[in-house]
Amino acid sequence: MKKIISYSWLALVALFLYVPVLILAFYSFTDSTTIGAVRGFSLHNYVTLFTTEELRNMIVGTLLLAVGAAVISSVLGTLGAIGAFYSRPTSRMLVETANRVPVVNADVVTAFSICILLIVVLGIEKNTFIPLVIGHVVMCTPFVYLAVIPRLKQMDSGLYEAALDLGATPFQALYKIVIPQIVPGIVSGFMLSITLSLDDYFISTYTKPATFDTISTYVVNATRGAQTEIKTALWALSTVIFLVVVLAVAIMNLAASRAAKKQEVNAYDSRERN
Amino acid sequence: MKMFRFSRKQLCIPYALFLICFVVLPLAVIVYYAFTDGSGRFTLDNLISFFTNGNTIGTLCYSVVIAAVVTAVCLLIAYPVAYVLARSGLKRGPVILMLFIMPMWINFTLRITALKEILTLLEGNLSLHPFLNTVIGMTYDYLPFMILPLYTTLLQLDNSLLEAASDLGAGPAAVFFRVTLPLSMPGVASGITMTFLPAMTNYVILDMIYNSTYIMGSLIGSYFNIYDWNNGSMISLILFAVICVVSLITGGEDQDDARNRGAVL
Repeated sequence: MKKIISYSWLALVALFLYVPVLILAFYSFTDSTTIGAVRGFSLHNYVTLFTTEELRNMIVGTLLLAVGAAVISSVLGTLGAIGAFYSRPTSRMLVETANRVPVVNADVVTAFSICILLIVVLGIEKNTFIPLVIGHVVMCTPFVYLAVIPRLKQMDSGLYEAALDLGATPFQALYKIVIPQIVPGIVSGFMLSITLSLDDYFISTYTKPATFDTISTYVVNATRGAQTEIKTALWALSTVIFLVVVLAVAIMNLAASRAAKKQEVNAYDSRERN
Repeated sequence: MKMFRFSRKQLCIPYALFLICFVVLPLAVIVYYAFTDGSGRFTLDNLISFFTNGNTIGTLCYSVVIAAVVTAVCLLIAYPVAYVLARSGLKRGPVILMLFIMPMWINFTLRITALKEILTLLEGNLSLHPFLNTVIGMTYDYLPFMILPLYTTLLQLDNSLLEAASDLGAGPAAVFFRVTLPLSMPGVASGITMTFLPAMTNYVILDMIYNSTYIMGSLIGSYFNIYDWNNGSMISLILFAVICVVSLITGGEDQDDARNRGAVL
């Protein structure tokens, strides 16, 4: 009885989370323009999505921005984490405090303050994309930093010294010993940066060039104007993104369970050998 | 000539400079703008007008009410979910958890669009229930961010403590309220920061759902639209102060932040 209640709660919450997205997905494959009106099967939303130049540019632009910001953030955040981790406690604490600001701060405030500094005070043109990219990097890098630090803590601190003793230059020791140890943290930070950048609305709105749109700013503008053709094409976009996320999660789970199994086998093997 | 010697510490320099230029300096600039007028003279007018203007105070109150209701609703829905996933010995717990976390990787404007279509179907005219719809919309958006930290803390709970409590004669309710719940408070605190602060500022959800009332974020947005940098900075500064106070109260472990945002690797 207790089990039935708790599992039906899970099911109910899952329904709440997924029903809207799934219904939208269903209607994206029809030619109806409002939810509820049943019409025939059609792929025209998908055709519109991939052939309208405006939509295509917006999607490609969002992806490029996300990848670009994630790459810059990963490099900056990883180097920052390594540097701060081996610095004096006071300097590390200073970096950590500043790093925490964009994490806890509201996106609107971060966006507004960057807009004021770069665009109002320094007069950098929005059209150069510089404020937009800097804004996204400010938003993402702290999370790379936070993802890398735990890996550094787990690392055997003797490894770096051993490499130096064996004749490696500090740069080699870093590149060949430290970086490989913290790769999972870097990857995690990179992925997180991608998802943060893709999901962002505020930083983009306050710093983007007027003619450029990310998915978020485009969708919000589209809900203000009511162009039906675009509205239903966005249902298709939502469905595509949903499927991509499902696929990515499935692959990740599969890879994780494979790795876990491999580890089990390895552990078993080494026990056998002993 | 002295040779340049590379040390690991120096790797921090680029990021430290970046933080100074694009995190610390912007904050300094909004402090400057908040306390000056259009011609750059020092003034307290922006601060005074925030506290004397009925509109802005009303907005602050409305944001706090919205954020509190959304946080409470999220907590009430998310706690049982996290509890069942983490504590009921579900075989595929982590996989099912994914089901509840996955929505946070779908663009939130698209998810709100989806929700909006459903609500329109159910209610007809969305502007009739602005408060209710906003709470539903924000709950829909932030629920995964509440479930994840709760799950993490509940999973780490030491079973032997619960067994000890029941061995010593506590009933299931007593075990929950006097052991499980207090021990899961760090997760509750993280969950609250993850939902309360965004709920005070994410005015796009209100906009999309036709709630024409202002929250704190919308004030910044409206000053941004009319190029009033001074008042906009003052609102930003006040919000930043509120955020600092809230995150000091709820504390929250630094290293959890990345995980709470869905860093799963």
